[in-house]
Formats: sequence, C-alpha cells, structure tokens
Amino acid sequence: MTRRHTLRHRLAITLALWLNRAQRRRLAGLLIALALAALVVAVLGASPWHVAELIFTGSFGTPNAAAYVIDAWVPLLFCAAALLLTFAAGMWNIGIEGQIVMGAVFATGALRLWGAILPPAAALAVAALAAILGGALWALLTGALRFWGNVNEIFGGLGLYFVANSLTVWLVLGPWRRAGIASTSGTEPFPPALWLPDCAGFPVGPVELLLALAAFVLVAFLLRGSHFGLRLKALGNNVEASARLGVPAVRQLCGAFVLAGGLAGLAGWTQVVGATSRHQLYPLISNGYGFLAIMVVLCAGFRPWRSLLIALAFAAIAMGSLQLALQLQLDSALGGVIQGLLVLGLLTARGWQWRQRKRKVWQWTR
Amino acid sequence: MQVELRGITRTFATLRAVDRVSLTIRPGVIHGLLGENGAGKSTLMKILAGYYRANEGTVAIDGEPVRFYSPEMAMDRGIGMLYQEPLDFPNLTVLENFRLGAPAGSALAARRLLCRLAARFTFTFDTDALVQTLSIGERQQLELLRLLARGVRVLILDEPTTAISAAQREKLFAALRQLAEEGNSVLFVTHKLAEAAAICSRVTVLARGRVTGEAPLPCPDATLVRMMFGHDLPRVAKPAVTAAQPRSCIRGLTVADRHLTVRELSLTVGAGEVIGLAGLEGSGQRLLLRAAAGLLPVAQGTITLDETVLTGRGYHDYLDAGVAYLPSDRLGEGLVAALTVAEHVALARRRHPLRIDWPSTLVAARTLIDEYQVKGTPETRVRELSGGNQQRLLLGLLPEQLALLLLEHPTRGLDIESSLAVWERLAARARQGTAIMFASADLEELCERSDRIIVFYAGQPTILAAADASVEKLGALIGGAGRAA
Repeated sequence: MTRRHTLRHRLAITLALWLNRAQRRRLAGLLIALALAALVVAVLGASPWHVAELIFTGSFGTPNAAAYVIDAWVPLLFCAAALLLTFAAGMWNIGIEGQIVMGAVFATGALRLWGAILPPAAALAVAALAAILGGALWALLTGALRFWGNVNEIFGGLGLYFVANSLTVWLVLGPWRRAGIASTSGTEPFPPALWLPDCAGFPVGPVELLLALAAFVLVAFLLRGSHFGLRLKALGNNVEASARLGVPAVRQLCGAFVLAGGLAGLAGWTQVVGATSRHQLYPLISNGYGFLAIMVVLCAGFRPWRSLLIALAFAAIAMGSLQLALQLQLDSALGGVIQGLLVLGLLTARGWQWRQRKRKVWQWTR
Repeated sequence: MQVELRGITRTFATLRAVDRVSLTIRPGVIHGLLGENGAGKSTLMKILAGYYRANEGTVAIDGEPVRFYSPEMAMDRGIGMLYQEPLDFPNLTVLENFRLGAPAGSALAARRLLCRLAARFTFTFDTDALVQTLSIGERQQLELLRLLARGVRVLILDEPTTAISAAQREKLFAALRQLAEEGNSVLFVTHKLAEAAAICSRVTVLARGRVTGEAPLPCPDATLVRMMFGHDLPRVAKPAVTAAQPRSCIRGLTVADRHLTVRELSLTVGAGEVIGLAGLEGSGQRLLLRAAAGLLPVAQGTITLDETVLTGRGYHDYLDAGVAYLPSDRLGEGLVAALTVAEHVALARRRHPLRIDWPSTLVAARTLIDEYQVKGTPETRVRELSGGNQQRLLLGLLPEQLALLLLEHPTRGLDIESSLAVWERLAARARQGTAIMFASADLEELCERSDRIIVFYAGQPTILAAADASVEKLGALIGGAGRAA
C-alpha cells in the first residue's frame, strides 16, 4: 500500500517536473478523451483493450497495413499544410474539400487532354500544375467572395464545395462518362503509364509522399521564417493594426487562400494519379480528407510539427478502425468517433487555459 | 433609494481605469457624470450596473453594502443601465424585446403593461414591429420602458444622446425629469457640457479615473472645463518655428461620418511645425487626422504633401509618401497584441526579401528598445507591455524619414515621465523637419507643445496661434463660447 502510494506520488512529481501547466492540461484532455472512447466501446459490448489492439495492428501490424496508413497520410499532409496557412491568417477555410475536388477535376481534365500526347512524366507534371491551378482558383473564389462580396469564408467555401461536387457528378455522367456505361462510379480509369509509381510492388507512392513532406516543410518555413508568414500571423490577430503597420491585407489574405488552394489541389491530384488511387475521377473524391485535416490542425493547436504527427495518428486510426468491422462486427465509423473525441478532449483542454485568461460572458451569467 | 459608491477602484492590466472613486446618488435627482472619453465614466457605471466587478471599494444601497456578480443581480436591486449602443435584438418585435428578461407572464398582460408605460411618457410604439425598423431613439425608449417594467429605480444612461435626433432628445429629457419627480434617481453620463447643464441638477466630474470635482448646477462652464481638463500651470515657452517651407497643404477639406461633418477646412502645415487639435471628443479632430492620414474618404477638397496630390489615394500611398498616423487605441489599431517586439520590427519593414533575417531583426529590436527605453525584450509580447511602453514602441517603429506625423492623444494614459519622453522624441522629429499634428484632451499640453491650435466645436474649427492661447480661452472655445449650439 505504502509502496504504491509513494510510486503514485513519484509519478505525479515526475509529471509535474516534466510538463508545464499547459502540457498537463493537454495530457488530462487526452486521457479524458481516451476514457470516453473506452466507455463508448464498452457500451457497444467490446473490450476497449481489444479495440485498441485491433486498431494498432490494423494500422501498423503488417507492412501493407502501414503502407495504407501512409497513403491516407499523404492527402492529409497536403490539406493540413494548406489549413495551417489559412488558420494563421484567422480564416476558416472550410471550403478546402471543394478545393481538393477541383484539383482532381483539373488534373483529370489535363490528363484527358494531354495524357496521350505528352510523355507520361510530363503529363503527370502538367496534371499536377493543373490541379494546383484548380484548387487555387476555387480558394481564390472563396477569398474574393469574402473580401469583395462580404460572404463569410465558411459559407462561401461550403457553397463552392457543393458546386464542385455537382460539377463532378455532371462530368462523370456527362462529357467524361465511360463509353457504354451511365453510372456515377467514375470516369474511365487512366492507363498504368499515367499512374505514379509505387515502391516495387509495395503499395506506397514515394513521389506523392516526398511532395507532401516538402509542402509541409515549405509551409513550416513560411510560417516561421518568412515575412509572408509573419504578416499572415499579424493579420490573423488584428487586421486593423496590421493594415496600419503597412501590411497589404487583401492581397496578403488572397495569397494565403491561393497557396492553400494549390496545396489542396495537389491532394486532389494524388486521388487521381496516386500509386494507390482509383486512377479516375469519381463523385466525393475528396474522401473527407479536408474535414479530417481541419480536425488535425485544430488538435495540433495550429503548430506545424505537431500537425505532422497528429495527421499520422489520425490516418492510423482511420485505417486501423477498418479492422473493427472485419473482426468484431463493429462499424468502422467507430474510428471517426474516437477521432472526434480526441479533438474535443484537446480543444476542451485548451478552453480551460483560455478561461484563465478571459472570463467569457456565459461564465458569469447565471 | 440612495446609492453610494465608496472608494471604487478598477484596473485593466496596468491601467487604473477607475481610481478610488466615491459618489452618492440621492433619490429624485438627475445626477450628471461628466468627463472626457477614457476618464472612467463608463467603467464606473458598468461596475454599478454589475457588468464589471470592482477590484476595491463597495457599493451600498440605503447604507447596506451589496455585491453584484451580474447585471441581473443589480437589476433585482433596482439598478439598470441603458448602454451607449442599444443592447436589443433587432430581429425580434418590440413586444418580444420588452418581454425578454421579464418574469414569465401572458403576452396580453405584457402588451397592456407596455402600452400603459408608453402612454405615461407619451412614447408611441407599434408593438408588433421588428425592432430593426425602429430608430435608435425609439429603441432607447423601448429599453427604458423595459428597465422600468423590471422595477428599476436607479437608471444609468451612458451617453444616450449620441445618435438620436433633437426631438427625441427632448422627449427623453422630459421622461427623465418625470422619473426624477416620481422619486427615482437618474445617472446621466456625458461629455457634453450643454447637455449636463440642460438636464442635471448636480454633476460630478471625472478625469483620468478620479473625481476632480462635484458641483450643483447651474455652474459656469469654465469651472467645469477646468475640472475636466486639469488646472492652469505656468507655461513653458516652446521655441517658435520660423516660417518654414510648407509640407502638408489641406485645401477646402470636407469630411464626414455618421454624426459629424467638418466643412471647408484649409490649413498649411510647415516643416517642423506642431499643430494641436483641441475639442471635446467627437468634435472633428479625429475626422481631420484620419482624413490627413488617408484613412477616410474625402468628400471635397485636396490634400497635398510636399507638392504631391494625395487626395483619393489609398492609405499605403500615404505611408509611402511619408505620412504616419498613431491612433489612441494602441492595442486595437496600432499594435498586434499577440506578436513580439521583434516581430513588430520585422512587420514594419515595408521593403523586404521573402526570408526574415532574424539575427539582424533582433539587433534592430534591441537597438529600438535601448533607444526608446521600452521596458521589455525583443521576445516580449506586445500585450505584456504597459501603455507607455507600447506608445514608445509605436514611435520607435515609425520610419526614419517622415513628412507628416499625425497623433491621437499621444500621451493619454501615460505617466509624466513617459509623456516627457514621448515629447522629447516628437520634438526631435520636428527639428528634422517633420510636420506634426496631434489631438489632445490636455489643454496644458496643447498650449505648451503647439505652434498653432485648432479648436473644434461641433465640426467647426477655430485656428489660433499658441501665443494667443491659454487654458481659459481654449476651455471657453471648446465649450462653444460665442457660437450657436
């Protein structure tokens, strides 16, 4: 008894020494979120340990499972990098899903036009540029609506997402439909020459992975060490004062949208030409990666390197929870529940910190 | 019901907004609370209304100390506040707004009560109209009735006449007089002398968070102005500027906002000249400064700088031409609270490569900190700096060469030492040939530091040489002496 007591105390003291206040709160938030997830699993009649084990082996248990995690990590990285920019500027780029879709549409269009004419490597590069253009255009439209039309970027982005999806359905059923088939399952798959290479049969695309990591490094540099990033941070904190200090606000914010849209467009490109993609355009091609990336960045508190790791964790949970359906007859949507709880737990922990600084109106009203 | 405030103090970070204020409000009296913007009037009233809590001091009702943790608690004890901007729900109807916060009851009873109260003060309402279709004055009347229906007997009005018509003002004043006659107390917060004289029977003057005087009305305007702006001190002679080459020319300038128009103002500011702008808050000083900085569209007239016409250009063109503007709301409009001193130094560089050169930026930040005696390090976040340090940082961030420097209350909230340091910097700028225009509520500062003074009264400027100015004379002009109101 005494031994356990001292052990517990020693653990508490060690934690207190290692972690500062904010980190302890974050840890507490994480633990509460995990406890809640365990509770949900237990209510569903499964053992939380077993579920955790399945998710882990489902994501990192075999080389192939790990490969699928990395495949999901790549678009998440592009999107998280994009969102880091717009969040730094204080903008809620909810329309990122639409930007992914438009990236995929433009990439498909470019390949249909030039895929047979250009050498494959050049065609893929042109498709990438087209995807950047498509995503950037869609994001710029959101920005233009915000700054000249006075439409909040959340609503503008959401509206444009629906437009992009409808456009995909029209293309898939109309001008780009497969010969002899009228179905929304997708356009004619591209020939293997127009696929990005995998690692000698191992289902991971090195090209897109390296590009995604490079994009991430670029954004981290922009935010940390460039005037562009500093100005975005300033605008995100106080538009009025930044403009007074000489920051060209609209040009700068539109720049953030264009860059973010370009990165999201690349995520769309990976969904069309990636080594493990379906190599075609199909409705809802964004696969929810944009929304998931919003959760990643929120969870990471808008910090680049944290986002990198949390994106990997989220990709692992998403892939690992596919095992739940196979092994336990639990719905794989449970993975989404766990992700959601993690986000809420961490955000609540941040809310506690915030509460100390500023009393909100609902905290002093009865 | 008698309300007493005893030794109330409220601080915001390093600013003492209200400093040991005591005040007694007797029943049946309309009590004025007079002071410049930033004097602490609204903060004090929000403490009484339960919106803020005091750091020190007590509120007592009929001799019994009370503590309010929310506006609702204050309202339960009969204290209600009409805020400067109406706090209502524009997309609800008049009746729905009236019933908000009231105990549950039938709609019919509420409608009857509203009609009865409205009739008492000869207000007319369409009870089913949406509040957004009402004028500000009518919304105020509705809020007044709502407070009365909640049993409020001490009514606080914070600058109630800012946005209402003259007819509505008369109606409001009549209602307030009626309320006072019925034994209620009214606290009337204003910075307008004429209004205080028209309605209050007693007035307390606040300046820099403290009570600087209390007087029964009527009372000479000069006495009140002296209480509001401080006392006459021996003058320090400022070296006169010899007729220098003109730097900024303003011709026939007309600018307007929702409340006020400044018409046909012409002014030439020479190199090294310092022009002071005097007047009650909202009399036109801010309009002139913001127009001269390129922040407000100009309705008529031209602004030229060193013979370049700038009228109609954007703010950033003004910046490039060498115009700078320091707003009085330093953290709201001047600095980015969450960024550090070094980040501000990097931000203020207008020509730059993509990459921030952090080592040289840190060196520049350290130089600025030494030179301007900012108490902090390059890594200090700006929100952790005190008001004086923020002001010195803003001055330090200004470009080396400036043609025209515009300042709004450059020493507001600063202690004497900081004020002197700020003026030392400004004088150095003037010696380099920068023309300076500053607005201030401190009449001594205006007399002491300016070459010429422009006094605004309701948008109308009077230009006088500093040699002809005295605190008394400025006070009279600010109060609108010799003009029709």
